[in-house]
Amino acid sequence: MRSEKIIRLITMGMALTMPALSWAEEAAPAAVLDTGNTAWMLTSTAFVLMMTIPGLALFYAGMVRSKNVLSVMMQCFAITCLVTVLWTMYLYSLVFSDGGSMQSYIGGMSKAFLAGVTKEALFPPYTVPETVFSMFQLTFAIITPALIVGGFAERMKFSAVLWFTALWVTLVYAPVAHWVWGGGWLGAMGALDFAGGTVVHINAGVAGFIACLMIGPRIGHGRTAMPPHSLVLTMIGASLLWVGWFGFNAGSAVAADGAAGMAMLVTQVASSVAALVWMLCEWVNHGKPTTLGIASGAVAGLVAITPASGFVGPMGALVIGAAAGLACFLAAAKLKKIFGYDDALDVFGVHAVGGILGAILTAVFVDVSFGGVGLKEGVTMGHQLWVQFVSVGATLVYDVIISFILLKVIDVVIGLRVDEEQEREGLDIVLHDERGYDL
Amino acid sequence: MKLITAIIKPFKLDDVREALSEIGVQGITVTEVKGFGRQKGHTELYRGAEYVVDFLPKVKVEVAVTEELTDQAIEAISKAANTGKIGDGKIFVFNLEQVVRIRTGETGADAV
Repeated sequence: MRSEKIIRLITMGMALTMPALSWAEEAAPAAVLDTGNTAWMLTSTAFVLMMTIPGLALFYAGMVRSKNVLSVMMQCFAITCLVTVLWTMYLYSLVFSDGGSMQSYIGGMSKAFLAGVTKEALFPPYTVPETVFSMFQLTFAIITPALIVGGFAERMKFSAVLWFTALWVTLVYAPVAHWVWGGGWLGAMGALDFAGGTVVHINAGVAGFIACLMIGPRIGHGRTAMPPHSLVLTMIGASLLWVGWFGFNAGSAVAADGAAGMAMLVTQVASSVAALVWMLCEWVNHGKPTTLGIASGAVAGLVAITPASGFVGPMGALVIGAAAGLACFLAAAKLKKIFGYDDALDVFGVHAVGGILGAILTAVFVDVSFGGVGLKEGVTMGHQLWVQFVSVGATLVYDVIISFILLKVIDVVIGLRVDEEQEREGLDIVLHDERGYDL
Repeated sequence: MKLITAIIKPFKLDDVREALSEIGVQGITVTEVKGFGRQKGHTELYRGAEYVVDFLPKVKVEVAVTEELTDQAIEAISKAANTGKIGDGKIFVFNLEQVVRIRTGETGADAV
């Protein structure tokens, strides 16, 4: 129809003449809204939020004792809400705005309270609205502190969890995310972290580890049996995490294109391999395969493929998945026993170890010979490995130091841990006046 | 009157209930319990942490019977709950001092 043709011409004309939205400080290329990309990113955002609520919440809840089931869910839910508010106020700005002279280390306050994030605004070079980009990134900022819950589950005060979350996302997550994704020094150095191996998983895993060391083991740890109270919940949670992870990795392409497709592919492959490897390890080691084992293996694979998901191909996914299944199994099942630390939900064993492994292997399997997208022009594998090491190391060191300080301060001011009687009775009743089950 | 308490394997509950019904014992109270005698437990594995679980699920059956039915009841339960394997359970017999039917106020053998 003629009117259709006219409308199409007018729309094209508008698109071509629309002024590029660029910030004063950087000369960004003209970005135009792509509806396909935007649709995918809207979906991805929902997927990644689902990973925390209820994915992670269920995954963790099933693994703790029934008297603490609500405490874990409450923490995940509350963290979601708290980080959202802080993100709106200043976290988004700290990660993604220009920090001027401090740009290498942290952003500025030009986007505080999401200033400039209007209905029409894009975030060059992306072709999706800045609202969507901002919310997508928020879901990453949410799940990272939620993961840390695993290190101190069943014994940390709720108020301490809130304070720690607020301070940690401000002083650790925001800077590290800025270093890698916000125009900071790690990204500038060429560190490859597609969807958050360092920013999310190493960060969370290490902080969880420090927290578990500082708060101390649960009463009875090592002597009393503390088996998961409902692996049914855990399996449902693990499944939601897996499906949601497509938003996490494929969504990090910020486009509905081949890169997203490959990210989804390698995510699926790596998690499956890792799950089977962990399952086999248990079968050989203990005599029987377990549901907790296969679920943990899948998560380990998902963690390890996260930094690599935009850079490697199926071959890389197979190897990374297998390596993660084995390494994380050893870390969770063996290392923990040897050193005796009470990393209740294996944040360190799965997220730190998996994240570090994935980050390093990314440098190897990005190479075209392994089916990856290829190293950058002029960059050797050796150099990329070095960059990955620096990225991992810097995150590790910074996270350890700041997490330690934060936990120390909070402990002195309000105390991290509930008292013995409260811990024995259970956090649900003691901290929330509620029971998870009324059977 | 006697109160017969029997600890049995859970899957034997239906057989025991039927056997008691056949000899005329209508009322029964059932509780889910756990315990062990000579039957060994099993190990459970959760991410490398092995737990030895001694307690096994059992079912406790309680029936109040008159003197006349006591031996029959014991035999009925024994036969119905028996599998021949370790863990079949035990029967305890208590003297029952008083029984009251709440609805009517009947006492003694009329209430059993």
